[in-house]
Amino acid sequence: MLKYIIRRVLQTIPVLIGVSILVFSLMHLIPGNPAQIIAGEGASEQTVRQIEERLGLNDPIHVQYFNYMSGVLQGDLGNSVRSGRAVSDEIAARFWVTVELSFYATVLAVFLGLMAGIISAVRRYTLADTAIMIVALFGLSMPNFWLGLVLIDWFAIGGDWLPEWAKLRPSGWGDSWRQVILPVITLGTGGAAIIARMTRSSMLEVINQDYIRTARAKGLTDRIVTYRHALKNALIPVVTVVGLEFGGFLGGAVLTETIFAINGMGRLTVQAITQRDFPIVQGAVLVLSVLFVFVNLIVDISYKLLNKRIDLN
Amino acid sequence: MSEQTAGATGSEKAYNPRLELYKGFWKRFKKNKSALVGGIVVLFFILVAIFGPMLVNTDPNATDITNKLQPPSAEHWFGTDNYGRDIFSRIIYGTGLTLIVGFVSVMIGGIIGVLFGIIAGYYGGKIDTVIMRLMDVLLAFPGILLALAIVSVLGGSIQNMIIAIGIFSVPAFARIVRGSTLSVRKLEYIDAMRALGASDFRIIFKHVLPNVLSPIIVQATLRIATAVLTAAGLSFLGLGAQPPTPEWGAMLSAGRSYMAESPHMILIPGIAIVLVVLAFNIFGDGLRDALDPKANK
Repeated sequence: MLKYIIRRVLQTIPVLIGVSILVFSLMHLIPGNPAQIIAGEGASEQTVRQIEERLGLNDPIHVQYFNYMSGVLQGDLGNSVRSGRAVSDEIAARFWVTVELSFYATVLAVFLGLMAGIISAVRRYTLADTAIMIVALFGLSMPNFWLGLVLIDWFAIGGDWLPEWAKLRPSGWGDSWRQVILPVITLGTGGAAIIARMTRSSMLEVINQDYIRTARAKGLTDRIVTYRHALKNALIPVVTVVGLEFGGFLGGAVLTETIFAINGMGRLTVQAITQRDFPIVQGAVLVLSVLFVFVNLIVDISYKLLNKRIDLN
Repeated sequence: MSEQTAGATGSEKAYNPRLELYKGFWKRFKKNKSALVGGIVVLFFILVAIFGPMLVNTDPNATDITNKLQPPSAEHWFGTDNYGRDIFSRIIYGTGLTLIVGFVSVMIGGIIGVLFGIIAGYYGGKIDTVIMRLMDVLLAFPGILLALAIVSVLGGSIQNMIIAIGIFSVPAFARIVRGSTLSVRKLEYIDAMRALGASDFRIIFKHVLPNVLSPIIVQATLRIATAVLTAAGLSFLGLGAQPPTPEWGAMLSAGRSYMAESPHMILIPGIAIVLVVLAFNIFGDGLRDALDPKANK
């Protein structure tokens, strides 16, 4: 097991290097002179030069990457070209807001998804199953930002349901559940739908297996067979989906935070893109991606712990 | 000679394995009522995209400030927006745009992803490791973030959005095709082809590709749904279609400011997106069940 963990951790290194190269390249993929684009059309040549100097764009590319990475490893993600503030400070102020939003959305998605998936599988081919699967398909097909807008339209306008995450304390906790419920529903619904579908198909697969038939044959009640024998094994593949969904929520937070005006990393990224503030875009994309890589690492390891039969070779 | 030909044609008619395969597929697909409905709705949207603009005689960009923010009525079926533009006409024109973005981006992602996947799966070894680590890097960007990052450097436009969503779709195809290629590669007839001296190129395109086509078709259908959602998200953020293009995500974005007085401005484009995505999802699910009966529990 330890060997597997070490191997899996080592495998993430090339991925992290690849991510860093891609994020670093973002600035160099800009068609034309990035400094000119950052400075804007009417900027003087001097301003453009200053930006080039500040971002080190005149150095050879490998030197730029080396400088960038040595900075990143020391927690220095550069400075915002608009405010001049350190990118790491800008991100630190918003990091936990996005993580917590994604975490709540994951909790909601797991809770709703598992419940719906289990009911659907246990009562397969009934009206309840059909209804749940139709709702799940809608959940899967709905743009989450549209759901957010509809929720604002129905519940928030004229009421006090609008979140005030902008005023959050550093811990990121909202003052009341009312302020967090709409963004969490907005972000979590799609994931709940995916988890429900996955749980249902996983449960159905397990229910058809021999050991379940044996459990029934020896006289165990349906309840015990379903919840003690089937569910335990059916949940294993669901774990992977939960990890992926958490990552999806980190990305999805871009839209949710924008419509609810939540000052998280997603909104920061969108604002930075609009203002062509590339150091912030690079920093935010890098941090969210690295976080996602680590979440996947933890999920893979727990997958192995949960199911010792998997041959990971 | 002619008798021989006739005989051969007769026996082909009696048993054509490919035809039997299609028949089996069609039989299973027909049984799946929801998939059939999904397919019909997809077809409906394609027809709307092609013929809709010919039937609608209102310019989607024609403004009429005196008639702005009108709710749905007999004159304006879906109401008007903040510039008095007819939302019905904008939805119809937007259908083509939505489908083009969906199809083209998935085609780009599909072609690149299938090539990567098939090469990785067929050759294995170091080539496989390099390609799949590259795919892992692309998959390390959560959700919409990769597409967002690409659009942020290329600039917001429909073309750039298509490129970004295309790249975003590559790893999904590569992974699936690699997996299928790995299992096809081990089959005896591939060894036989190699023993007969067939080139790798011929084996890959003539023998491996047709055998991994089913998962590709299913994945493409489902990815169109994802592409439409991603495109709507990017346009909503102002990073895709630019005003006054009648793109559904951009229409939603414009409707945000008028939500309280004119909820139809956000409801109608949203419902349109949901219907298209839903149709592709149901259709894709049905195709999967029909093309790969083993996956159908």
